[in-house]
Amino acid sequence: MRYITPRKAAAGLGSAHSGTGHHWAMTVSACALILLTPAFLLVVGSAIGLPREALIGYFGRPYPGIVTALFVIVGMIHFIKGTRIMIDDYFQGTARKGAIIISVIFSWAVIAAAVFALAKMAFITIAI
Amino acid sequence: MVQFTLPKNSQIRVGKTWPKPDGATNVKKFQIYRWDPDTGENPRLDTYFVDLDKCGPMVLDALIKIKNEIDPTLSFRRSCREGICGSCAMVIDGGNRLACIFGIDEIAGDVAIYPLPHMPVVKDLIPDLTHFYAQHASVNPYLQTKSPTPGKEWKQSIEDRKKLDGLYECILCASCSTACPSYWWNGDRYLGPAALLTAYRWIIDSRDEATGERLDELEDPFKLYRCHTIMNCTNTCPKGLNPAKAIASIKHMMVERQV
Repeated sequence: MRYITPRKAAAGLGSAHSGTGHHWAMTVSACALILLTPAFLLVVGSAIGLPREALIGYFGRPYPGIVTALFVIVGMIHFIKGTRIMIDDYFQGTARKGAIIISVIFSWAVIAAAVFALAKMAFITIAI
Repeated sequence: MVQFTLPKNSQIRVGKTWPKPDGATNVKKFQIYRWDPDTGENPRLDTYFVDLDKCGPMVLDALIKIKNEIDPTLSFRRSCREGICGSCAMVIDGGNRLACIFGIDEIAGDVAIYPLPHMPVVKDLIPDLTHFYAQHASVNPYLQTKSPTPGKEWKQSIEDRKKLDGLYECILCASCSTACPSYWWNGDRYLGPAALLTAYRWIIDSRDEATGERLDELEDPFKLYRCHTIMNCTNTCPKGLNPAKAIASIKHMMVERQV
């Protein structure tokens, strides 16, 4: 039992004075993905069926490599923001904070792995 | 975590079935949620039969007839009986409606009536709207000015006055907020469509001089940004208002002052 007024309960801890940045970042990344998604699908579609050496050479070229890197980075940043919204909706308290941490770590791990793989393919191609 | 199932003490059981009226030929079956906090029992669904030939056309008429002639223990709010006071909002035939302006003939089969969803129940069809009203009060729903008060009146152009149409008509029936999944999950922090519609009504008012402060207070991941444009609020509003559009306009203004 807590003896607080309904008005105090409604006010809570007050306004965080944030959220618009998140909303705008979601909008910007969504617009970027409208362009990047078809470009990425074309890049990947063109690579289907290539042998391993040719595939490394293909992603070592600037356009496929940069499009793939941008798609993964922007996509995962959009994913971080999007999952944050779902986590805020469905989790509370410590579970909410834990889920946010896991989501961010997972997303940046995916970005790091993708960028590392693309960089490695690019360096192999340059070395050849 | 969000609760996806009702707790055991809220699960609805089969209730009492009242006898059909003698000699009636035009009978409609009403199944109504009943819960009395004094008994400690689970909620139940009581069944009533109403002679439509001796009843008014609206669902509220049937409820009043049931209370007057069949079961005086049935509890519900009502006042104006013409869609102005917002007292008789409840779930009728699966949607949030005002019982006073929703016709019985709009329902094809049996009539199922429950209290507004996801709110604490005081008794039967009466939800506890304390928090809902406190949230409405928290957006300061009145004119705020800093300039000296003019001798006669705060003037407003016809064009600026028109911007308030579709906003000022809200009757605080809570149909929109209680139809919103975001309000179900985070109603303690999310202001909900009704309070945000009212907030926008004052933000957009050309006479109000607290626009910045109002936006400051609303800029919060939970107070405002729990709205995901689900549109249940707009679909269910018995006054035909569009709270989702008002919330989108607030978000647009938030971006406008930053980008």
